Amino acid sequence: MTWKTLQTAMAEQGYIASGDLAMALHLSLSLGRPLLVEGAAGVGKTEVARVLAAVQETQLIRLQCYEGLDAAQAIYEWNYQRQLLAIRAASEDGETGKTVEARIFSDEFLLERPLLKAIRQDKAPVLLIDEIDRADEEFEAYLLEILSEFQVTIPEMGTITATTRPMVILTANGTRDLSDALRRRCLYAHVPYPDLETELSILVTRYPDITDRLCAQIVGFVQALRKQELEKKPGIAEMLDFAAALMGLGVADLTEDPTVLQATLTTLLKTQTDRDAIPTEIAQRLAGKAA
Amino acid sequence: MTRVTKFAARDPGPAARMAGFVAHLRDNGLRLGVGETGIALDALTHINATNPHDARRALKSVFTGCADEAAQFDGLFNSFWMNGGRVKTRVTATATPSQSENVHSSREASEEAISGAGDVSAPDGGDGEAESDGEGQLVATDVTNLFKKDLRDLVRPTDIAEAEKIALRLGAALRDRRSRRRKAARKGDQIHFRKVMRQSLATGGEPFALPKRQRPDRTLRITAICDVSGSMTVYSRVFLAFLAGLMRADARADAYLFHTRLVRITEALRDKDALRALARLSLLAEGFAGGSKIADSLHTFASTYGRRFVDNRTVVMILSDGYDTASPDGISGALIRLRKRGCKVIWLNPLKGWDDYEPTARAMAGALPHLDLFRAANTLGDLAALESELTRL
Repeated sequence: MTWKTLQTAMAEQGYIASGDLAMALHLSLSLGRPLLVEGAAGVGKTEVARVLAAVQETQLIRLQCYEGLDAAQAIYEWNYQRQLLAIRAASEDGETGKTVEARIFSDEFLLERPLLKAIRQDKAPVLLIDEIDRADEEFEAYLLEILSEFQVTIPEMGTITATTRPMVILTANGTRDLSDALRRRCLYAHVPYPDLETELSILVTRYPDITDRLCAQIVGFVQALRKQELEKKPGIAEMLDFAAALMGLGVADLTEDPTVLQATLTTLLKTQTDRDAIPTEIAQRLAGKAA
Repeated sequence: MTRVTKFAARDPGPAARMAGFVAHLRDNGLRLGVGETGIALDALTHINATNPHDARRALKSVFTGCADEAAQFDGLFNSFWMNGGRVKTRVTATATPSQSENVHSSREASEEAISGAGDVSAPDGGDGEAESDGEGQLVATDVTNLFKKDLRDLVRPTDIAEAEKIALRLGAALRDRRSRRRKAARKGDQIHFRKVMRQSLATGGEPFALPKRQRPDRTLRITAICDVSGSMTVYSRVFLAFLAGLMRADARADAYLFHTRLVRITEALRDKDALRALARLSLLAEGFAGGSKIADSLHTFASTYGRRFVDNRTVVMILSDGYDTASPDGISGALIRLRKRGCKVIWLNPLKGWDDYEPTARAMAGALPHLDLFRAANTLGDLAALESELTRL
């Protein structure tokens, strides 16, 4: 598979990837290295992993990072409650300490969390580590170990080595600075806001029955909106919501009704200051230009 | 379209060229190790390496690690592989780095560009005479007589970047206050035994979870009040840059200006665009470099904003030379009132940097007994030196 065929395969799944991104994914697959995807919110970073899993016809295992995420929640955990029950039951049955111990520290009582699960699959899955910058730095260190060795050491059971190497995609959008070590271990792709043609084809791929005129208007409007001074610029997801809203309302022309346009802006502008920054006149002007 | 570089016939081969390219990237500030060269060669075997576009994309994903580098890469690639062997050693970086909010990285690719963006300390157009950050000298500059000033002429983004670093350090010096008490916390350093006992009741006396506790931070907050009256004009540049830096570095800090009246400038200075922040500030500071009413302004502060924003975890930092037309009682009255709220008061006076300075200005003399700290400050360096004083406060 070359990067071009990968790009086409992804397009068939409804994801228009830029050349840079498709190449990075292709190399990540062929070199077996994790890929770090950065970019603004709503440009489809998470979607990359989902589509890639679909293209590879494999499972997507997702680890959503958050502040305070620790190894127990990300790698594995013992099922303490069950272990305790087992101990109580065993003491009534008169089982010896040794056998109980061997039993309660076995696979049966191990709760797999995403990272362990990802390395124990028969078919290499896509492992998405979402918003890695939200996790703490200590967790990043754990992750580095797993990403370089693809093995997990459980003190009671020994080392578990990966049966298959998962394809790892990490996403980040700048909550915190990532360590150089992590950046160096990964291939890198930066996903910018799409250009006009790309965004048009994204919209057409998702809503094939949209009229050409409305499609051009929507994309032109959203692109113009991104050039405004906004706190949160609308991403692709927002653009698609906007299109869905307009189509649901049966709007054929963006400029025809200012009140409808202003009302549907809720799908694009998500803060009060941004709403205030784009009053009806500006929205009309932008829509007029896009038409 | 530039053509592909033709290398000399005695060139030892692709591996050496790749090493040369990596050296070229390193020269231009990308941080790459030996490992990357190997990965890059490996990557080229997986693609059609004779196609320059494919090769560019492949190398880009291997060699870059942040958005700035990714933006810079195409130019670097072209200069090495695509222009007939003329290898540029330095790229011309833009003066204003494109800072994306969504990509947060300490690997700023354009550090050199920032440091080279112009002289920092000559507000008078650079005739070589006036260095406004000299140690406590009243120097003549042609900005003094402008009554309606555009603050953008006075403060530059580079100053703000510098001030931001100092403000960060000051903020950290104030922040490292711990309460003695311990409270339950998700990531504490001690086990919260009382909670362990309580929670273990639900599981028949077997403790499952280990709740932790720690000493919560009791952060001090800086509230800066800056005098921008006529007598302070020479120092305004430093102080305003400091305030702008402080606002950007510390989300809880608060800033005010006063000349004949008091203006809150916190919101204006928080603008993400440093230059636009100053433009907004210029609008707010009508009457900039006019007379000063320190006592009145401090009274206004104590009775309005002070009641909302000042508490026992606040450090009020007054940046003024203490030249006031009103009586000294007014100023001490205002300070007493402020102190009643439990805050610390620091006065930074640019004139104190003078060798034979005595706080003879009547206002200053009246204020002295009510200050926790009275220091000289006319350069950013002086402000940086405050760090150790603030930790002791």
